[in-house]
This record gives sequence, structure tokens and C-alpha cells, in this order.
Amino acid sequence: MTTKVEDKLFLDRFKVNEEAHIKIIDQGLCNTRCEEEPCLYFCPANVYRREKDRIVVAYEGCLECGSCRIGCPNLNIEWRYPVGGYGIAHKFG
Amino acid sequence: MNEEFDVAVVGAGPAGASAAHVLAAGGVKTILLERGESAGAKNISGGVLYGHDLAQIVPDFAGKSCPYERNIVESRLWFLSKEGGFSTSYRDKVFYERRSLNAFTVGRAKFDRWFAGQASQQGALLVPATVVTDFIRDGSGRVTGVKTDRPDGDVSARVVLLADGINSALAAKTGFRPEPKPVDVALAVKEVIGLPEEVINDRFNVESGQGVTIEIIGEVTGGMDGIAVIYTNKNSLSLCIGANLSDFTKNRIKPYEMLDEFKAHPMVAPLIKGGVPKEYMAHWIAEGGYDAIPKLTGDGWLIAGDSGMLFNALHREGSNMAMTSGRFAAEAVMEAFKKGDFTRRGLEGYQSRLEGSYIMKDMKKYRRFGPFRLHHHELFTSLPALAAHGAREMLTVDGVPKKEKQGAIWRKIRREFSPLEMLEILWDGMRSVR
Ligand SMILES: Cc1cc2nc3c(=O)[nH]c(=O)nc-3n(C[C@H](O)[C@H](O)[C@H](O)COP(=O)(O)OP(=O)(O)OC[C@H]3O[C@@H](n4cnc5c(N)ncnc54)[C@H](O)[C@@H]3O)c2cc1C
Ligand code: SF4
Ligand code: SF4
Repeated sequence: MTTKVEDKLFLDRFKVNEEAHIKIIDQGLCNTRCEEEPCLYFCPANVYRREKDRIVVAYEGCLECGSCRIGCPNLNIEWRYPVGGYGIAHKFG
Repeated sequence: MNEEFDVAVVGAGPAGASAAHVLAAGGVKTILLERGESAGAKNISGGVLYGHDLAQIVPDFAGKSCPYERNIVESRLWFLSKEGGFSTSYRDKVFYERRSLNAFTVGRAKFDRWFAGQASQQGALLVPATVVTDFIRDGSGRVTGVKTDRPDGDVSARVVLLADGINSALAAKTGFRPEPKPVDVALAVKEVIGLPEEVINDRFNVESGQGVTIEIIGEVTGGMDGIAVIYTNKNSLSLCIGANLSDFTKNRIKPYEMLDEFKAHPMVAPLIKGGVPKEYMAHWIAEGGYDAIPKLTGDGWLIAGDSGMLFNALHREGSNMAMTSGRFAAEAVMEAFKKGDFTRRGLEGYQSRLEGSYIMKDMKKYRRFGPFRLHHHELFTSLPALAAHGAREMLTVDGVPKKEKQGAIWRKIRREFSPLEMLEILWDGMRSVR
């Protein structure tokens, strides 16, 4: 079965803030010190994608689980909660 | 918001809402701060709650229109291999005649909103859409309030209760709890699948209002230390699957792909057939256990619920520990008010209440369970597969005498585990939950 996480995220309600709540601290580190790039796999919203020489962060679809905050082996991700009221809003939970 | 409060509670999950409820009912001026646009907007769980703990805070919760989905009358346990699985179940009439709502399902978005609403009815001031960003401290380091992301958003309080859940970004910043390591949390994803009430009744063999829980271990977690669950709601099913985050960082398994494979499993697919996906979510589960519990009180502050790692992974009891720890924290704060002492010593009634209750007793009892699971990945791979293989062979009618089949099954088991290894798993397993 081919999985499209986008279809799943489409079910969710997001109130997106213009300002990103997740940032890669040092792109160079991703290129030189991170062979496994686990953020590309474990993120349940597929927020992280590799584009040639950099990791792009589609923070808009973040499910706010926190995994990338401690799962990045280089602790190279600056993470905070979105501003109050923004981000995902569960209908069922 | 530049107002003075007796107590500021951070987070309106079960821990924060119950604390605020008890405090406000006791006449304590309480503010309950929640980052979601409403209480519950950020929260998920499998969805099983326990009436006993809730009734200590809201007696007659069912009469107060608590939005519950189904009363649990049957619990199933599945051990899955790739193609099939071994299933056990227990149903009891007692759970709808005499002990109704012993366990029941909820959607946390609705339940938490209701529960926080109960706390505001008691007089707590609920302020949603507000992230607490830091603590305010006086010269001696004592906590005297919180900072929020609102303009002029400082709130002063004599005591701050941290009830902000397992993913406590605040705890890391303030140093109240060490940042969890990937082994201390599980990453779970959840999908809610809509189905007509009648269809659920038929498929799970229950009447309207009655529900079933299914807890699942086996190959569905791709060899990682994890579990899946299926819980029945009124007209939807909750499907969750997750694994220890340290396993996720090592394996190239994508959580949403694992979820879809789980949905396609031959034991699962018929239950959700024709269902409409309604929502997709992800959250951490606190798996650190007793040894990861931080200091829970300090000068002017306390920690309750998941934020303090109070979670029993074996019995999926988190929200009840959250509610009861929140209640204990509130009671201890009220004692501190009587004494006029908000230092760690003044708040120590919290620790003694926890120690005297099932919370710390259970946390200690299962202290070794987490490490046991992490060291025995066969619990999630070969063991359920072997059980299913044995059952499949014994049930296949093909002219082979049963004695020969038994011999072959034993030989297969021994190829995977030496008798010593089997003894070790059994021994470690028993000791871990002693
Ligand atoms: C997939 C899954 C299945 C589970 N299944 C079950 C189950 O079936 N039964 C069970 O009993 N338990 C279950 N649990 C565990 C249960 O959900 C938790 O133990 C429980 O929610 C803990 O309650 P809490 O109040 O401590 O934290 P939470 O419910 O996480 O509440 C914390 C609150 O604080 C808010 N917050 C966080 N940071 C801030 C901040 N800086 N400022 C303002 N607000 C903030 C959050 O938005 C949230 O509302 C499950 C958990 C998961 C993830
Ligand atoms: S895991 Fe961390 S260091 Fe590695 S690619 Fe992702 S962000 Fe960069
Ligand atoms: S918090 Fe979770 S969902 Fe959001 S980017 Fe990090 S791993 Fe992905």
C-alpha cells in the first residue's frame, strides 16, 4: 500500500502561524555530521525533507509530538510550541 | 492578566484540570493556563478512562454530562504474527450491571474541554490559547509566577503547578526535569475511523453503549518495542500504534506507514472495513518509569501527571494517575496555605500522598518493566509469531499426526530460543512486574 501522509494530514485542522516554531540550527551539520538523517523517517507528519544541499522544514503540518526535539542525534533542531492557539487543533483527540 | 493568583496551573489536561477543580472548590484563587485554543485541542490518548479516579474529583460525573463514548465490558489481548494472530478476551456482566463506567472510552478533545469546564464552574479562571514560556523567580530562586506568550502576560502566583504533559518544553528550559532521552518516551500515532454505531455493535458483539478494548503486541510494530490498540467509541474506532522513540531513531520505519500496514493486517482490516478516516494525530507516551521520575516539589512549585513521568505503561494507566496526582498536589497546596509555607517543606504533603497511594506503589512495582521490554525485543517479534505458528500448525488438518506436529513446533521454538534463554525471558519478565 502506498502511503500518503498528506492525505492523513488533510483530515486535521491547523491554524498556521506565519512564524515557524521549528528551525534547523545549523544546516552544515546535517550535511557533514548526520549520515542517518533519522528526522526524515521518524517524524509522523513528514515535516522534514531533504532538498539537495539542505533539509527543508514544512512546520505547517507539525503534529507537535516533540520527537524531533530529542530524536535528532545532533540536537540540531530548535523547537518550541507554536504561539498559543496556533498549530494543530484536535476535533476528536 | 497582571493579576495575582494563589496558584497558577500550567496545562489543562487531566492533571491540571483536576488540580484546578479541587483548588477552586476549596476557595483557592486559581488560574489554569492552556496553550490549545481550548482545553483538549492538543491532547490525545488511546481513550480509556477510569471512573474511580474521576469520581474522586467529580462525583456523579455521568450525571454531569461527561462526554463518554462507551462503557467497557470486554478486554481483548492479541498476539499478532504477520499473517494472523492469537487472541484472548475477557467479558464480564459485572461491568455493565454493578461496576458500570469502571473503564470507558472518550475523545480527549471533548473530554478535556468538559473537565476543564467543570474546574471553571468551581471558580478557576481558564485561559486558553496561552503558552507558558518561563517561570518568574525571586532573588532566592523561589518560583513566584509564570511568563506567557501574551502581551503583558506575566502572572504572579504563590505556587505554580506544572501539569504540561510529557512533552514539557518548559521543564527542559527551567531544569525542573531533565530533558527525556529517546528511551524514555514512545512515539504513538493515532487514527480515528468513523463507522455507524450499529456496525460497531455487530462487529464487536456488543449492545449500544457497551465497548471493547483490544491491546496488541506482535510483528505489527516492525520488531520495535511497541504496542497497538483498538478501542471502540460510539460511532468511531480509535486505532493507535507506537514504539519507543529510541527504536524509531534506529529503524527507518515511518510511523504513518506502520499505521497503514497495521490497518491492512488480516485481523484489523475486517473491523475497519468501510470506515472513514476522521483524524490523524501523534503524541508521546511517558515510558521512563519510576527511575525517570524527577523531583516533584520545590520552593513554590510542584509537578503532576505525565510531566512528572507518572505513567504505568503495562496497564495504560496515565490519565488516572494524572488526575489523582493533580488532586494530591491541590490538597498539598491547600495544606501549605494553612501553614503559610510554600517552600519545598511546606509542600511535602504531595510527596507523602503519592507514596501512600497506588501511584508510587505501582510505579515501583513496574520499575523494571521498561528495561525488560527494551532488552527483549523478541516479545514483539518471534514470540507472538511462534505462538501464531504453533496454533496454525495444530489447527491445519492435513493428515499429519498431532504428536509429529507438536515435535516440529518444539523444534522450531528451540531453534529460536535455547531453554536457558526461555527461562531467562520468563524470569526477567516475572521479576520486572513483581
Ligand atoms: C497514544 C496514546 C494512548 C494512550 N492511551 C491511554 C489510555 O487509554 N488510558 C490512559 O489512562 N492513558 C492513556 N495515555 C496516557 C494519557 O494520555 C496521559 O497519561 C495523560 O494525558 C496525562 O495527562 P496530563 O494532564 O499529565 O498531560 P496532558 O494530557 O498531556 O496535558 C498537558 C496539557 O498541558 C498543555 N501544555 C503543555 N505545555 C504548555 C505550556 N507551556 N503552556 C500552556 N499549556 C501547556 C497541553 O496543551 C495539554 O493540554 C495514552 C497516551 C497516548 C499518547
Ligand atoms: S536528524 Fe538532525 S542533524 Fe540529522 S538531518 Fe535531521 S535535523 Fe539534521
Ligand atoms: S514535533 Fe513531531 S510532528 Fe512536529 S516536526 Fe517534530 S517529529 Fe514531526
